[in-house]
Amino acid sequence: MTLTAPAAAPPAQTRRPPVRRPVRPLRVLLHVFLTLVALGWLLPLVLAVYASLRPYEETARLGYVSLPEHLTLDYYAQAWTQAELPRYYLNTLIIVLPAVVVTLLLASFTAFAIARLRIPGRRTLLIVFTAGNLLPPQVLITPLYTLYTMVPLPSWLSDSQSLYDSYLGLILVHVAFQFGFCVFVMANFMRTIPEEINEAALVDGAGVWKRYWRLTLPLCRPVLAALSTLQFTWMYNDFLWALVLMSSGDKLPVTSALNNLRGQFFTDYNLLAAGSMLVALPTLIVFQLLHKQFVAGLTLGATKG
Amino acid sequence: MAVKTRRYSARDVTILVIGLGVAIAVNVSVIWGPTLASIGLSGTGWNGIGPIEWIGGQNYHDLAAEYPPFWSAVRNNVLWLGFLGLVATPFGLFCAVLLDRRLRMSRFYQSALYMPVVLSLAVVGFIAQLVYSSDYGVLNAVTGLNVDWLGDRAINIWVVMIAAGWRHVGYVMIIYLAGLKAVDPALKEAAAIDGANERQAFFRVVFPTLRPVNVIVLVITVIEALRAFDIVYAINKGRNGLELLSVLVTENIVGEASRIGFGSAIAVILLVISMGFIVAYLSQMFREER
Repeated sequence: MTLTAPAAAPPAQTRRPPVRRPVRPLRVLLHVFLTLVALGWLLPLVLAVYASLRPYEETARLGYVSLPEHLTLDYYAQAWTQAELPRYYLNTLIIVLPAVVVTLLLASFTAFAIARLRIPGRRTLLIVFTAGNLLPPQVLITPLYTLYTMVPLPSWLSDSQSLYDSYLGLILVHVAFQFGFCVFVMANFMRTIPEEINEAALVDGAGVWKRYWRLTLPLCRPVLAALSTLQFTWMYNDFLWALVLMSSGDKLPVTSALNNLRGQFFTDYNLLAAGSMLVALPTLIVFQLLHKQFVAGLTLGATKG
Repeated sequence: MAVKTRRYSARDVTILVIGLGVAIAVNVSVIWGPTLASIGLSGTGWNGIGPIEWIGGQNYHDLAAEYPPFWSAVRNNVLWLGFLGLVATPFGLFCAVLLDRRLRMSRFYQSALYMPVVLSLAVVGFIAQLVYSSDYGVLNAVTGLNVDWLGDRAINIWVVMIAAGWRHVGYVMIIYLAGLKAVDPALKEAAAIDGANERQAFFRVVFPTLRPVNVIVLVITVIEALRAFDIVYAINKGRNGLELLSVLVTENIVGEASRIGFGSAIAVILLVISMGFIVAYLSQMFREER
């Protein structure tokens, strides 16, 4: 769902003092406006948290905009235990962790081949991969679904005995779909690594693998950090693939499970709010901790010097 | 070729063939193969089992003439695109311009704006229900109105687009902010020395240099509008006024009625629209690289 232009380091320039002193009242107005916008933006989230902390009976009586009589974490406990959220978190991990690792490995090698080796047709490859990442999933989901039901898997790999309704199937679709974006970003990054490093290694007789694994990949650490943060978030947030390519409720990743559990366990809005917050929590934590990587991932080279 | 044989040993070639082979195989079997299959299946009346029968353009005819949700989905997708493109995206740019100066609390403003970007669209859909629900929703409680925001066919799409815009603004803002940071400050200074006010400096000097970023944002906006799915599905499965093309495609496989051919025809329409933008974007992107 994302794309960015080739990476280029912004010109490192020292900020010079502004030409004119800013007009004071305008500054104040600017802050007032931005504060209002920021608070408006946070409001729905704050509201969801607030609702999740109050008994439904109370909000039903007084409305959501009212002072609390009781604040409780009961709904969180209820969502956690009754809806068995830990199991769905585990499902997400089973799918997302391998998917991120495989995507980055495959994409970094492909990017290396495209950016650093003179393989024939490299431009076409890059275009095809990038374009694939931009397609809306629904364009290919119908045949993919049919295909998944037809591919048999041994039962130790998938208890449904097909790619459909298996963890492996979801991992595969994530890898394939996110691959294009990662190749695009990494190929652009690798182009900025000085060619001389490669030449020196060539003189030393280093093979392709060594040049990729020992030489190029360690230099890509910042991109890998940014991409893994971003990919974790996208894959974690996926809703559609699991909805279409999974049928057993107990194998769903947590984001899709939330919808499935509605009506069954999440009987009222406040409990649903607590569930939503629990589902949102990991991405919010990642965002807080890896703020820089996240933003870097989104904007990776969105700037063209 | 002579250079190549000297550079790559047999082992190198094996590694390359395996690495790229896996990448291409995955890409073809999961992305492009099914995409082409959609085109093929859209000319058939296949229902998932039994023989595949070619019926030509029948599906497209049925879609346009005998399937009312199709036109309301087209209308909603166009509205969605219009709203993101004409309201959410410009607002994101506006916020980026405001934040692209040394401000106290700038970090707080930025974080607040792009917090929703990390949320899953499904969660955004659930939060929207808290705000807009007719009996307990905050909006009705605060305004004293008694409007069924999500249930009324005439207004629910607008309400949902606001929820989608909530997330889109932050996304656009981050990308523009990075673009603006990369603009040479000397440009703005030169404009200021020439007597341009801030607005003139932005529209005449800064904005034109943002062309590559503009293209990216345009493509993101279009793609997001075509992909829109999770929010409406989380709210009411995309029915009753919230039809979208993506929902109709999914309905035809997830639901009881498995109309593979018919669903594929809708997918092809999505494909044609998105390919137009993808090709335009890629040709712009790769032209500069030669």
